[in-house]
Amino acid sequence: MGDHVKLRTYDLAASPLRELNAELHRQGDGANDTRWEILNPRGSHAVAVGVDAPLDIDVRGSVGYYCAGMNKKATITVYGSAGPGVAENMMSGKVVVKGDASQYAGATGRGGLLVVEGNASSRCGISMKGIDIVVKGSIGHMSAFMAQSGSLVVLGDAGDALGDSIYEARLYVRGGVQSLGADCIEKEMRAEHHEQLAALLDKAGVSGVATSEFKRYGSARKLYNFNIDNADAY
Amino acid sequence: MTYHNPPTTPRKSWAFDDYTMSEIRRAAATGIYDIRGGGAKRRVPHFDDLLFLGASVSRYPLEGYREKCSTSVTLGTRFAKKPIELKIPITIAGMSFGALSAQAKEALGRGASLAGTSTTTGDGGMTPEERGQSKTLVYQYLPSRYGMNPDDLRKADAIEVVIGQGAKPGGGGMLLGQKISDRVAEMRNLPKGIDQRSACRHPDWTGPDDLEIKILELREITDWEKPIYVKIGATRPYYDVTLAVKAGADVVVIDGMQGGTAATQEVFIEHVGIPTLACIRPAVQALQDLGMHRKVQLIVSGGIRTGADAAKALALGADAVSIGIAALVALGDNDPRFEAEYNKLGTTSGCYDDWHEGRDPAGISTQDPELAARLDPVLAGRRLANYLKVMTLEIQTVARAAGHNNIHNLEPEDLCALTIEAAAMARVPLAGTNWIPGMQAGL
Repeated sequence: MGDHVKLRTYDLAASPLRELNAELHRQGDGANDTRWEILNPRGSHAVAVGVDAPLDIDVRGSVGYYCAGMNKKATITVYGSAGPGVAENMMSGKVVVKGDASQYAGATGRGGLLVVEGNASSRCGISMKGIDIVVKGSIGHMSAFMAQSGSLVVLGDAGDALGDSIYEARLYVRGGVQSLGADCIEKEMRAEHHEQLAALLDKAGVSGVATSEFKRYGSARKLYNFNIDNADAY
Repeated sequence: MTYHNPPTTPRKSWAFDDYTMSEIRRAAATGIYDIRGGGAKRRVPHFDDLLFLGASVSRYPLEGYREKCSTSVTLGTRFAKKPIELKIPITIAGMSFGALSAQAKEALGRGASLAGTSTTTGDGGMTPEERGQSKTLVYQYLPSRYGMNPDDLRKADAIEVVIGQGAKPGGGGMLLGQKISDRVAEMRNLPKGIDQRSACRHPDWTGPDDLEIKILELREITDWEKPIYVKIGATRPYYDVTLAVKAGADVVVIDGMQGGTAATQEVFIEHVGIPTLACIRPAVQALQDLGMHRKVQLIVSGGIRTGADAAKALALGADAVSIGIAALVALGDNDPRFEAEYNKLGTTSGCYDDWHEGRDPAGISTQDPELAARLDPVLAGRRLANYLKVMTLEIQTVARAAGHNNIHNLEPEDLCALTIEAAAMARVPLAGTNWIPGMQAGL
């Protein structure tokens, strides 16, 4: 890809969302038009959802709910902030939010990388199923609730009840954690974790931060099978 | 002469009956609440409490087998570019691969396709067997999002956003470790053998305003092609249907407390939610008040067993009904031919409801390869198709008797009630009277 690739510009102030998404869906793996720019999103919901091609999509402004929902293969960059559920259920590709992200960022994501350059609100990475999420700021309460797999990296702090009812996802937090949720515990950072974290930071474009500054959290696996003596935790 | 005091007959407590006492002993011994499958087992007002009036001097019937009585239904006419056309107004409700074996899911698809209707995925994603054998497949969009992906979303013929189900409105799914096989674990992205608890509410939206945006997203992802259903457990039907329509649903599915589940707490099944009979009129009223009756289609489920039940639901204003437990029974669930094996499990055929344990002798609610192999998907699918056809003939029989050449012309005026409760819930007169409790008497 180089400068010769034509940039397709789509202005949401002039044309409807439905046409934009339909046009993005028409692009296949071998699409010629791989560079896209979306102007005037003005908080629209469902911008660039269900994309299934290796496109580069720049969104020039802030978006509403579910931007880049169910993304496959595309790299989508939001030059602004994102509303709830950015990159929800992402399968692959990369989504970057230059500003802040609201609730449920990366919810149920199954693959790919979500980078939030600002802060993310509550329930970041809720029910994540394989996605990697890197938040350069802090995250809100109940993040990684019922997180199944994938990794959540936070360079700032985490709010209350981090990783409540977590399964096998890995959480790396550099700052403080207000409190841990049920069945979530601090775990040892072994060599493999330093290696994985370094790779994630690199992929997210973070430099000058040592992996030794992070603590790792994950499942104590005590709630995996029901036991009445754990009733207080349910 | 001596008199002996005559003894009184030993008398069991109504409040502390045998079942209640056994449950107290079981709870005390195990320290865990009772989990089971199925729907409410207690008697609640139901379709049996209604009767059809049939033709009389004032109206004439249609000739059975001779005069046409159409049964087809179109779902999703409000917004979807590709509405679903079904030959019969009975669909197969959502049941998961995980709760059911792959063979059972395939059989449901085969039976539904033979009969000209749709089947529905469940809380475990879409299997190739099921997609391959289902001409029309509804893909559930659930709080857990197990197996959810945009490819399957596009392969589906409709999308059902599940808010709740009649067996447990307000509750999430449950699949105990015995049923988390390698394949189930992989599809759900979970460790094998754990007790899996599905979330009770969606991870990325709360409330009706968010639901509207979620539906928008699903439509945008699928280019506005697929009908979008919203499924709710029956609790506050008037308001829930109103909000589902406001949020943009093409179809509303409402599931009463007799509707089944693969596994949940007994206390949930028997004590949360309202009977199917009680939810239809308020749901229809909501659609009528919005001017959307017959524009947003209504599917009713929960304890529907016969063509008579289905016809009564249609007469009360539903566009279609959905069956779950009845479909499983048609496949072979609780068949007396497995009586000896049910006895070994401490139960008897007709009562087996420990579907969560995965030891189903009929090979339906199991992930055990040996048990699952007992169910032949082709034969079981044929049985389901037969049953659906019988139900359809029964609906036509009743509709013709009431003088209708289309089953959707059945109306409340065709019905009366046997009990005051049923009359009040269904808003039809008590048999032989013109009295509808709660309404001013008419002519």
